Amino acid sequence: MKMTKIVRTTADLFFPFCLVFGLYVVVHGHLTPGGGFQGGAVMATGTALLLVARAYDDVTGRIRKGAMKACEAAGLLIFLCAGFSGLFAGRPFMANWLAPAGQWFRTFVAHGPNPGDLNTAGLLPLLNFGVGIEVLGGLTVILLYMLSGIKEEKK
Amino acid sequence: MTLFLLVQALVLLGLIVTAVLIISFKDLLAAAIAFAAFSLLLSLEFYLLQAPDVAIAEAGIGAGLTTAIFIIAIRGTQRHEEKT
Repeated sequence: MKMTKIVRTTADLFFPFCLVFGLYVVVHGHLTPGGGFQGGAVMATGTALLLVARAYDDVTGRIRKGAMKACEAAGLLIFLCAGFSGLFAGRPFMANWLAPAGQWFRTFVAHGPNPGDLNTAGLLPLLNFGVGIEVLGGLTVILLYMLSGIKEEKK
Repeated sequence: MTLFLLVQALVLLGLIVTAVLIISFKDLLAAAIAFAAFSLLLSLEFYLLQAPDVAIAEAGIGAGLTTAIFIIAIRGTQRHEEKT
């Protein structure tokens, strides 16, 4: 089953916007509904769109299996390092030591209408980012392995 | 309030209609697309019940990734259901 030109062009056009919206959900994870998992799933939906519309050989130039595995490992590593960084600051595991101390993450989230400053909540944006790229890598690797097992009929 | 109830009744009616469509289609690709519409309506219902977090997860996983997995599986097998 080969997809038509309309489907392929729409997927190509829609792919970067889907990634940017997923990144928006990840980055605003501690302020708005959504977070690391939801944003990562939206980003993985963008890559799934590209994978559905094209054959496996067409898509390996843009979505590489090794890069996605590296994304998954880096996400887990970021999460673990952020968790253990509380120990080095003399606090318990996963303690939010960055929130009141640093210059960048000092402010608290305001009540009511606020400008939506991103440099709040200390360690939480870092954890959201780690979970986001981990979910993107994991789901895309699943889809890539499924797609690589299909023998496309020659047309 | 009546508008809210009306919209919710319409969404629930659409859920039932798409669920019946999913099991009645013989073309499996059409059934997968109907499943995507079902998930989209379900995420709209979650949003109406004031659970936007669940709504985003449902729209991403249900309408996006599950449909992609089904379509990849249909590409690997055959498109039409066998006649019994």
